[in-house]
Amino acid sequence: MSNQLEPLADPGVPVATVRRADIDPIAAKRAERQVALLFSLSGLGTLLFIYSFFFIKDNVFIFLPVLGNTNAHQLGIGIGMAAGLFFIGVGLVHWAKTLMPNTPAVQERKELRSTDADRDGLVATAKEGVATAGLGRRPLIKASLAGAAALAGLPAVIMLRDLGPLPGNSLNETNWKSGTKLVTDPGDRPIKASDLEVGAVAQVLPELLPGQKRTLEDIGKDAVLLIRLRPAEFQLDAERLSWTHEGIIAFSKICSHMGCAVALYEQTTKHLLCPCHQSTFDVTRAAKVIFGPSARPLPQLAITVDGDGNLIAKQPFSEAVGPSFWERSS
Amino acid sequence: MSAGEKVVGTVANYVDERTGAAAWVKKSLNKVFPDHWSFMLGEIAMHSFVILLLTGTFLTFWYEPSMQTVVYEGSYKPLKDVEMSAAYASTLHISFDVRGGLLMRQIHHWAALIFAAAIVVHLMRVFFTGAFRKPREFNWLIGIALLTLTIVEGLLGYSLPDDLLSGTGMRIAQAIMQAIPVVGTYLSFFAFGGPFPGEVLIPRIYTLHILLIPGIFLALITAHVMLVWYQKHTQYPGPGKTEKNVVGYRIWPIYAAKTGGFLFIIFGVTAFLGAVASINPVWLFGPYTPGQISAGSQPDWYMGWLDGFVRMAPPLETHAFGHTISWNILLPGVIVPGILFTGMALYPFIESWMTGDKREHHILDRPRNVPNRTALGVMSLTFMMVALINGGNDIIATHFDLTINQIMWGSRIGILVLPPIAFVITKRICLSLQRADRELVLHGKETGRLVMLPHGEFVEIHEELSQAKKYTLTQHEQLKAIELVTEDAGGVLNPKGIRAKLQARFSAANAENIAKPTAAEVKELEGGHH
Amino acid sequence: MKFISKYRRHKFALPTLLLLALAGLGFTFSAATAAPAKNTMTASAKTTLIEEGQQIFLKGCTSCHGLNAEGGAVAPSLIGVGAASVDFQVGTGRMPMQDMSQQAMRKTPVYNEEQVAALAAYVATLAPGPAALRNEDITWERDGNTAEGGELFRNNCAMCHNFAGQGGALTQGKYAPTLMGVEPKHIYEALITGPQSMPVFSDKIITPREKLSVIKWIKSAESEPSLGGAALGRVGPVTEGLVAWVLGLGLLVGCCVWLTAKAR
Repeated sequence: MSNQLEPLADPGVPVATVRRADIDPIAAKRAERQVALLFSLSGLGTLLFIYSFFFIKDNVFIFLPVLGNTNAHQLGIGIGMAAGLFFIGVGLVHWAKTLMPNTPAVQERKELRSTDADRDGLVATAKEGVATAGLGRRPLIKASLAGAAALAGLPAVIMLRDLGPLPGNSLNETNWKSGTKLVTDPGDRPIKASDLEVGAVAQVLPELLPGQKRTLEDIGKDAVLLIRLRPAEFQLDAERLSWTHEGIIAFSKICSHMGCAVALYEQTTKHLLCPCHQSTFDVTRAAKVIFGPSARPLPQLAITVDGDGNLIAKQPFSEAVGPSFWERSS
Repeated sequence: MSAGEKVVGTVANYVDERTGAAAWVKKSLNKVFPDHWSFMLGEIAMHSFVILLLTGTFLTFWYEPSMQTVVYEGSYKPLKDVEMSAAYASTLHISFDVRGGLLMRQIHHWAALIFAAAIVVHLMRVFFTGAFRKPREFNWLIGIALLTLTIVEGLLGYSLPDDLLSGTGMRIAQAIMQAIPVVGTYLSFFAFGGPFPGEVLIPRIYTLHILLIPGIFLALITAHVMLVWYQKHTQYPGPGKTEKNVVGYRIWPIYAAKTGGFLFIIFGVTAFLGAVASINPVWLFGPYTPGQISAGSQPDWYMGWLDGFVRMAPPLETHAFGHTISWNILLPGVIVPGILFTGMALYPFIESWMTGDKREHHILDRPRNVPNRTALGVMSLTFMMVALINGGNDIIATHFDLTINQIMWGSRIGILVLPPIAFVITKRICLSLQRADRELVLHGKETGRLVMLPHGEFVEIHEELSQAKKYTLTQHEQLKAIELVTEDAGGVLNPKGIRAKLQARFSAANAENIAKPTAAEVKELEGGHH
Repeated sequence: MKFISKYRRHKFALPTLLLLALAGLGFTFSAATAAPAKNTMTASAKTTLIEEGQQIFLKGCTSCHGLNAEGGAVAPSLIGVGAASVDFQVGTGRMPMQDMSQQAMRKTPVYNEEQVAALAAYVATLAPGPAALRNEDITWERDGNTAEGGELFRNNCAMCHNFAGQGGALTQGKYAPTLMGVEPKHIYEALITGPQSMPVFSDKIITPREKLSVIKWIKSAESEPSLGGAALGRVGPVTEGLVAWVLGLGLLVGCCVWLTAKAR
């Protein structure tokens, strides 16, 4: 296989280099002192740790270059612990390197493969076992055992059933109903159209009914971003335009890609950017994706005002918010 | 006999009479371990794991794995009276109200980053030197499993504080889960106990993070090390080193001191990092809520490449028959990583098939002597690097005056174009280095000293290499390509057909080398010199 | 009072007393005249200020914003932007812009405070808009609440300016600047005027008191010392990964090399 015609001769394992400490007792003594010094440094580190832990208050700050204003307690115990450990290690290694024998040792490898006799023996033993157990002669036992064993594994999977509820229709639903008031997040104040100037944004959530509590799951699908533009800036079809109110447009804040909060609104370009994967949406064109990995626009929430002039949802979201899933129809 | 020896003797006797361990321990203490810095890389990972266990245990004493809403009353003023999960509040408690708690959190996190990084460089060492070849394929597979588990374990640990950044990470993990066709929605609802984020995730991943996965880690690391122990370590080529021996130093006392010392050194270095460099300042991120986000939301580096893939993915989704398939998530989040890790795991078997080499190898390859494998490795690394860089494109954009759009397009094109270029360049470099080796063996080292010959010609003195060096540079074997057999002597077509052709092609590519000097050539030149 | 009785016959007693009296008189006088000047600036003083502002405008701003501040191809109209906008843009050195290819960035202001005030006064005459503020008006230390500000900040600001106000990338090379070292009045003005890419945060959405809380949180983040060591830019895991590889693994690989190097 190889063209190893005639390889160069192997000169053999080189002899160990002679270290200063091997021949010079003074150098050996020096090495010994160095090791001892390193171990002592470790001891000092541990003392620093103990001192800092008990006697430096955690509201003491010292100014250090590079680090800036640093917590002396944290730095003291950290550096102390680091030194206490590091110098033990360095001492051990220095000891091994300078004073322990450095003659290379050679050990033979034995072949991993078992001897033929052992292998044959194994085969014979295994076969004998099979024969005495009658596995070959009693197929019924074999088949029923295999079946039972396979079935016995099922409970392990089935028992996981109660880890969570079935999804049902929950991914398609949010708390936005027809007529739900938009309230500020945080603050829970209703919003009037006149509260927003052109170029303004607001993070909003559906209002809480009395006695209701808002969970993180709710925020995870209800969060909405409100943006006010000049009505002339919209490039929407008639239906989508009717979902806006006096230049105010509302989008789900949960990214249609992977569900991060999309809220980086650029007032000049009217673009929305998701900081997770940089999908970019054009607000004037109903959050059409103009860059990045997202494949769908952000769902738009139809809004209008109620009798008091407060902004309300005209209807629930017309599609599921957030990332895609198998059961999603569009 | 001193008193100390007496005590040790009594204890040893007691143990041996009950276990019969003396013979095994004696053999083990005499075991020889080869000496090279690159053999210590795996040890960095192993010792980091010990540090992770110790610091992690400390953290569990105060950490509360609960998503119950509490009002923060601890000593960090900017979050006073803020509603948050008990998990986040207890993380703040560890950071500010437990002495040394912040240090331990930081050591734990730094050790985790170093653990993952050490695994990757160890993997690179094993790959580029061919240490995965027979008989070490099992250990390669265990290694790949450990790497995969590390990524999962790291992600879960990153999520436990339940801060804004970690919650965002879980949100993305959930979206990947949910994107899996047919079963994705169910998987996600089972894992999260309902819609995202639910109230059970933190306790569940806590159990995985501190019990199940560390348990698997321990078992796999034990198997990994025991196999190294049993099969004996590989060694770099050199004088006196053969496929049948191990040249190095004995475990007792040299490696016991060195490796024990190294554990302390690594603990010291991570403690130093924990003392001087802030990591994961969760108090600044704030508690998680799905409606909030921070600019520059990134995962830890070992997930960064995945985030980079996801960012550069094409905006593709299929909607048909009332169902949706999100290629923009599946492709970068499941399919590409799946191919990468499967390919990596199978590589030893693929290489053995390509070269037709089924023999045991204990002497390592010098990477230049296997240009194809080396080039393939550099190509894969380039692929991952492009993805990793794109994973931090927003930070790079603001710090280097670029736009995220430029970096994104650069990465989209780069990930397709750069890896093949890297392959070609690496292969060329390997062949050039082989040529340089050949020159060195045949003509010696250039000394830079010029002499004028009697007839006026200037020549540079070349210093002949030592016999040991010459041996090291020429000991490897250069495999010949497998000859393609389309039909046997009797005219019967080879039943393997295309597979045989492919194998012949790969094997030919693998056999592209600069012919190494033979003993005859060396002898001839030596004769000429003298 | 022993002190006074002891020194009352000292030779410097009379001159000192006189000096004190004079200083006191001068102070009272200046205070008396300054206070009304702020509130009801005489018509003539106001006109002078506006005229001065117009002069500065004609010299420094018209080439882009047009002779009547009506805007041009490269610059927006300034009619109705208000004094707050001018105070923010010129007071932070963003305007006048030197390099049109880039986003206007914070730099040393070209005009001094009086000139900025004059310019603002002039622009405010074009059409009504939000008034400029003084740092003294922004009583964030008294009226703000840090924790509430943090909540508002994470909801409204962190997505662009990052969790610690360090700034972040926007599309096509635009960026949200760092908020560290920005004067409170400028933060407030930015919130109400929405400069450059930034949207407006109306007073009904984030109330004036809430805005003070946001400022208080930013100031708290700004003055927060390094609690866990070097802050690494406070940009999240990217720099942490870099440090782990370069410093952490670098040191350890160095140790590996030392560990296996032959001792002499």
